[in-house]
Amino acid sequence: MDLLIKGGRVIDPSQGLDEKLDILVVDGKIKEIGKKLTTGKGVEAIDAKGMIVSPGLIDMHVHLRDPGLEYKEDIVTGTRAAAAGGFTSVACMPNTKPVNDNKAVTSYIIAKAKAEGLVNVFPVGCITQGMKGENLAEMGDMKEAGCVAVSDDGRPVSNPELMRRALEYAKGMGIMLISHSEDLGLSADGQMNDGFTATELGLKGIPWVAEDAAIARDVFLAEFTNSPIHVAHVSTKGAVRIIRAAKARGVKVTCETGPHYFTLTEDAVRGYDSNAKMNPPLRAAEDVEAIRAGLADGTIDAIATDHAPHHMDEKDVEFVLASNGIIGLETSLPLSLVLVDDKVFDLNALITAMSLNPARILGIDRGTLAPGSVADITIIDPDAVWTVEAEKLASRSKNSPFLGKEMKGRATYTIVDGKIVFKRD
Amino acid sequence: MGFKHKDILGLQDLTAEEIELLLNTADNMKEISKREIKKVPTLRGKTVVNLFFEPSTRTRTSFEIAAKRLSADTLNISASTSAVQKGETLSDTARNIEAMKPDIIVMRHAISGSHHYLAKRVSYSVINAGDGQHEHPSQGLLDMMTMREKLGTLKGIKVAIVGDITHSRVARSNIYGLTKMGAKVFLSGPPTLIPPGVERLGAVTVCGRMRDAVEDADVVMMLRIQLERQGKTLLPTMREYSRYFGLSDDVMKMAKPGVLVMHPGPMNRGVEISSETADGANSVILEQVENGVAVRMSMLYHVSGGGPTE
Repeated sequence: MDLLIKGGRVIDPSQGLDEKLDILVVDGKIKEIGKKLTTGKGVEAIDAKGMIVSPGLIDMHVHLRDPGLEYKEDIVTGTRAAAAGGFTSVACMPNTKPVNDNKAVTSYIIAKAKAEGLVNVFPVGCITQGMKGENLAEMGDMKEAGCVAVSDDGRPVSNPELMRRALEYAKGMGIMLISHSEDLGLSADGQMNDGFTATELGLKGIPWVAEDAAIARDVFLAEFTNSPIHVAHVSTKGAVRIIRAAKARGVKVTCETGPHYFTLTEDAVRGYDSNAKMNPPLRAAEDVEAIRAGLADGTIDAIATDHAPHHMDEKDVEFVLASNGIIGLETSLPLSLVLVDDKVFDLNALITAMSLNPARILGIDRGTLAPGSVADITIIDPDAVWTVEAEKLASRSKNSPFLGKEMKGRATYTIVDGKIVFKRD
Repeated sequence: MGFKHKDILGLQDLTAEEIELLLNTADNMKEISKREIKKVPTLRGKTVVNLFFEPSTRTRTSFEIAAKRLSADTLNISASTSAVQKGETLSDTARNIEAMKPDIIVMRHAISGSHHYLAKRVSYSVINAGDGQHEHPSQGLLDMMTMREKLGTLKGIKVAIVGDITHSRVARSNIYGLTKMGAKVFLSGPPTLIPPGVERLGAVTVCGRMRDAVEDADVVMMLRIQLERQGKTLLPTMREYSRYFGLSDDVMKMAKPGVLVMHPGPMNRGVEISSETADGANSVILEQVENGVAVRMSMLYHVSGGGPTE
């Protein structure tokens, strides 16, 4: 069915649009944007008065756990959570079981997403075979099969020579390399941010320099090889500084941060809350400020959740034994809208960070409402107040530090390829 | 005043008044151990379970004797952490024990925060007998009891704590307790074993040189250094450690005459402390152990809700 979205505030940074407009969707494509468009027969009208109409949001860093770890999440539940959170596309990391280091796994993900997924799924392949950090994976083959980037997310490439060659090779194959930059020697056995709170709780710290030193290396390697690089889940003040300086001298570096890094500090770990355990860890207040400043001046290009579902049995244990990671798809939008309320940046910048920039970085034809483009659209009620409740989350896992917290703003419609895949009652 | 806590997880959670109450009760309890019949009926009909996931002789025995002198029924469960990691979760272990209706669990666990995890999930009282690198409240209390007994007060005394502060639950509990009670705490140890922000745990002074911490001290508390730490990233050799952070006669001369020498045990003789010092006139190491029983009787008594001790 064709759609007419009426009377919403249409914000599309790709066209510099921000005004009250109607959008007509025909055959899964944006047909027309304008004032007072009229409905014809067989067109479903959506009243978007008071709503924000945005190009479909894109989360460029999620873990769907499929294949192999479906007890945490799978492509069906993960894309359902994405749709409920307002995301029309997700890029899924390759640390599945088996890892996505070859065309066969990539093809499985794409086929299952097409058949059963609610939103677009763009797989990210491994940088190295088996994600072991030893030999390059078949990036060309995986790209042909549909991978949009490569990353050894969660298992950083330690060997600098291998990282150099990976950057050169990925560039040649025309595929983005996403780096989980972490010096494992410095972070070994760490449980939370290194500092006073770790001292107080008697937990081994992960110092900021474990992230900064690795990002500095990776940025230098990208500069040396003249290759693009995207740095995942930036969490420290120093990381923002390094990337800002690199951008200023023309290095092709982009980066993302997660909502938890601009919302929570290491204090959330007090009481040994395993839902505040992730890698990189929640940092100090000054890091949170720096992340916000990085979003404000565009040093940080994208907001991505690092949605990391874990079963209760992996989280409801002693803090040290708990798995790293939190879910994020269903809380990302309201947490990011806080940045607008706090005047860190405006809605245009928010939608740039959550849609246009992820699309550009991954090289996918999304993130725009330009006529003729695929009709991936998110309609947002910026004022809806709601509470995060475990039973109401679409994700199979419930490991969120925001359970019980009040949120403002959420998606009311999520439209993929011109079809309504999520509608809030 | 009464004692309001269901659990004793750490001295960080207690006020100066509560610590004083625990110490005063311990002073009274000490006399019971000197009687011919070392037993009072205070905890008759109560069940105390010692659940030790880490090896311990002193602390486990001390808690067991303390419970028995109060007429509680006690039992000991030992499990190595590795066995638990392979099999039953802490949560399941705790709930299985809970089904047998104990009143108090005394637990030692290698993982910091295990007791917080447990206390949130069970109805019985939890006493922390040491969790990872976090807290060891009964040790902190017995140390303070010993200092107070010998020096008359904790207020204004100078205490030097020397050694591996980073990995020490004894240091943390002592820092919380002593600073709350008005003692001046000085820390010293290799720079690699002083954790970040330690001066914010309480009003403590960190000294790079051991002698600066020990100078004019009323108490010198030596911490156990784990021999496994040498030759890795934190320390070169035990020889060098001992030279800079071992308690020798020379360093002891810097302290006040009559300084109390303490050690939570087990000691590495000849490493952090010489045998001459450990067994010398200033050593109160065995008094610490003696007071440990009294302090633990006090803890068991107060988490059980207090009441008459005779």
